[in-house]
Amino acid sequence: MTQRITIDPITRLEGHGKIEIFLNDEGDVANTYFQIPELRGFERFCVGRPVEEMPLLTNRICGVCPEAHHMAAAKAADAVYHVDPPRTAKLLRELLYSAFYVTDHATHFYALGGPDFVMGPDAPVAERNILGVIHKVGLEIGGKVIQARKYGHTVVEMIGGRKVHPCTSIPGGLTKGISEDQRKELVEMGKWAVEFAQFSLKIFNDIVLGNKTYVELILGDIYTHKTYYMGTVDSKNHVNFYDGKVRVVDPEGKEFVKYEAKDYAENIAEHVEPWTYLKFPYIKKVGWKGFTDGKDSGVYCATPLSRLNAADGMATPLAHAEYDKFYKTLGGKPVHQRLATHWARLIELLYAAERWVELASDPEVASPNFHTVPTETPTEGVGIVEAPRGTLTHHYTTDERGVLTKVNLIVGTTNNYAPISMSIDKAARSLIKKGTVVSEPMLNMVEMAFRAYDPCFGCATHSLPGQMPLEVLIYDAEGNQIRELKQFVE
Amino acid sequence: MSDKPKFAMYWAASCGGCEIAVLNIHEKILDVDANFDVVFWPVAMDAKYKDVEAMEDGSILLTLFNGGIRNDENAHIAKLLRRKSKLLVAFGSCANEGCIPGLANLSPVEDIVNTAFHTISTDNPNGIHPQISYKMPEGEIRIPTILPRLKTLDQVVDVDYYMPGCPPESHQIAAVIDLVVQVLQGKAELPPKGAVIGAGNSTVCDECQRKRNVKTINSFNRIFGQAIDPELCLLEQGIPCNGIATRSGCNARCPTAGAQCIGCYGPAEGVVDYGARLISGFASVINSKDPKEIDTILDGIPDPTGQFYRFNLAGSLLKAGAPAWKKNGG
Amino acid sequence: MTNNKPFEPVIIGFTCNWCSYRAADLAGTSRTKYAPNIRLLRLMCSGRLDPTFVFKALANGADGVMITGCHPGECHYLEQNYKALRRFQLMRRTLEGLGVDPRRVKLVWASAAEGAKFAQEVTSFVEEVRALGPLNWGAGENGRVAEYQSTPQEALA
Repeated sequence: MTQRITIDPITRLEGHGKIEIFLNDEGDVANTYFQIPELRGFERFCVGRPVEEMPLLTNRICGVCPEAHHMAAAKAADAVYHVDPPRTAKLLRELLYSAFYVTDHATHFYALGGPDFVMGPDAPVAERNILGVIHKVGLEIGGKVIQARKYGHTVVEMIGGRKVHPCTSIPGGLTKGISEDQRKELVEMGKWAVEFAQFSLKIFNDIVLGNKTYVELILGDIYTHKTYYMGTVDSKNHVNFYDGKVRVVDPEGKEFVKYEAKDYAENIAEHVEPWTYLKFPYIKKVGWKGFTDGKDSGVYCATPLSRLNAADGMATPLAHAEYDKFYKTLGGKPVHQRLATHWARLIELLYAAERWVELASDPEVASPNFHTVPTETPTEGVGIVEAPRGTLTHHYTTDERGVLTKVNLIVGTTNNYAPISMSIDKAARSLIKKGTVVSEPMLNMVEMAFRAYDPCFGCATHSLPGQMPLEVLIYDAEGNQIRELKQFVE
Repeated sequence: MSDKPKFAMYWAASCGGCEIAVLNIHEKILDVDANFDVVFWPVAMDAKYKDVEAMEDGSILLTLFNGGIRNDENAHIAKLLRRKSKLLVAFGSCANEGCIPGLANLSPVEDIVNTAFHTISTDNPNGIHPQISYKMPEGEIRIPTILPRLKTLDQVVDVDYYMPGCPPESHQIAAVIDLVVQVLQGKAELPPKGAVIGAGNSTVCDECQRKRNVKTINSFNRIFGQAIDPELCLLEQGIPCNGIATRSGCNARCPTAGAQCIGCYGPAEGVVDYGARLISGFASVINSKDPKEIDTILDGIPDPTGQFYRFNLAGSLLKAGAPAWKKNGG
Repeated sequence: MTNNKPFEPVIIGFTCNWCSYRAADLAGTSRTKYAPNIRLLRLMCSGRLDPTFVFKALANGADGVMITGCHPGECHYLEQNYKALRRFQLMRRTLEGLGVDPRRVKLVWASAAEGAKFAQEVTSFVEEVRALGPLNWGAGENGRVAEYQSTPQEALA
């Protein structure tokens, strides 16, 4: 008699998601399916559009991280036109991108992932959200998070033209620059951001690392997977969000491949299943062996944790010190415990803030030389950046007028579709066993497996996030509902 | 149980930008919390579809609905929320006019699925396509059906107000919240049903600071192809800027930043078909009387369909491209 | 759709008051035969032709649209027929991108004296559209042409 548990919809995923858990006769988990029910068709309808519109069109793939698509599209469009933007343009783009990272990572940590730790996974449901965090740590936190978001979006608007869906990147550079006064303002905001990042790490250190139970939870097997890890690195193999080469390390931490944007298709392939609209990327040279861990399986992960695993360090001093502490605490590289992603995310937040100050302090940022007119005939190009949720690849082919004939996109969270499915499956199997009553804390722990990946959405600083609605309906083989459990469902 | 009026926000086929725009009102979100009981907002809190179904009809005072109607689940929830809400607002360009995902209406759905499942990096030798119902060893699992064409909210249900923008600018959202709070306190009246709220009555040109002269276009230019004069009207420089037919309300942010208006605020007041208006406007300012010369000038716009219907295809008179009509249904 | 009758295209014609409408008038009073498929709408000038009219016609059952005006240089309002020309050219390109055969929209110059020419242009256009087949815009959904409700505001557009 097969029992079936449906969790629908998952919230805090861009679009929607659904989980089906099937139990066998003994009451153990037979299989789980994590389905994505949406497809909008960007790869089709962008064909026929002029390539300079892609930084604008692909913004609308995701309104939380449009900056990531904007930059990947800008770089791909540059590659299509074989043009190298002036240094000022690159500095400005990366500066916008660093400020965006601060905003985005902060939103996720405080509103989504953080509450599980700051409050604890067993804390009363009503407290496991940003409000609980504020009550426990202090009112100033809410104010700081709002300020971090404000500053971040101010930078995006200053350089990108708008707070949501930036509009200033064109082939060859940007449509505008910034003034010296604006540059100075950016330095000051950046310094505040560095302090904010350190404040956030301190919270994590005091409340999470200072708590034995949490540390055990982080190190526990239920959330551990040994897969390949992917991230972009600069010439010194330090994490870089905006530019560099994509490096993949194996489950033992050894470099497996390091590739340039244009060679992505030799390294990544996407597996198809008929029960979902999203595909499962895997390392081509290892091959798709199913939803399993290990060196022989091509499943890989692209998250803040992966980026730290795939790199040799951080490019800025404060972040690098935290990087060393991270690996010392967790027993060396690579770290496989997926909950540690929350910590890795804060280290990236610090790096992004330091990088923000670094870039804003470069006087060339305020130069009026922000655009080079392309002169070559457009053909084909690939642009890659690190979206907060993973490596983002845009590949365009155009005709001689620069009108698109082919588009291929591998989006951040997509990289993680297989590992997320595996994490959900493992958590479900560990928690639902013969004779176990499916209970509320169990639901939250399945949530935690999912949430560590920050699946493409950050949300309100205010309205009770971190309380994912879960309703578990258990049916017998005749389809009669025999049990119902809910959390946060009124 | 709260006495405050109920508020809901839902995302159909959307990108999440409207949600972020709402969050970017920063401290003003507290006004929402102070004046409303948020009963359904999948991105932010706990309620599920079942809970909405259990609510009394008309019991939600205000629902902001963003995202286009792309599949049958979106359509179902749109109808559900229409029943349960007193005031339903089409929030953002997707719900108003289809927005960027509406461009999918240029192709039949099977083309969209084909393309996605046969890209250069997709490993699909057996040509597997997603099935709305699939039998696994353990049981049948389902995903929603993609509708033949993406629809706007008012092509599916009756809409009370329209708030355009991709996304609506945060200062406009804040202004609308202020208005609603005032209405709740009896200090103001709701606008007439069917009104456009949170936007202006004119065009983007009205808010744009660039210098304007009589327009005589001798060529249309790609924005990256030359240095741009930062003070002169973009259209006069031959850059195809849609501001001339696009509704005001955004403070002309894109032209201010040096980029052409791409039309995300939708048609200006009184415009029935946005693309047709743009065709009319652009054609009017071309400086030529010779058909061949006109053709050469028009070659400067390599993608007129996208240029004129970028955000508005699903909401236009024609609603979709011929291939989509011919292949789907019927 | 089973019938043995040949497909009769529905053509909407926009004629300008000063030249081409008078040409149509002349064809009528001269008893010149021309295809009855065209329904004529009179504008004061071909420059009044808003592309909205063309899209509305196509979306609501027209298989083709004919726009007529004064010869270049002879516009009653001096230069507005050039605007019609430019709009027509841009509209054709847009329609092509929407998958509509651009031959379904035609621009004809006819002076008030050219009744015979007008009639002949209409008749040959009808045959061209007949060869292209019915447009049936929106028929994909339910086998019928999409319904469109006109509101007073739109009727004035």
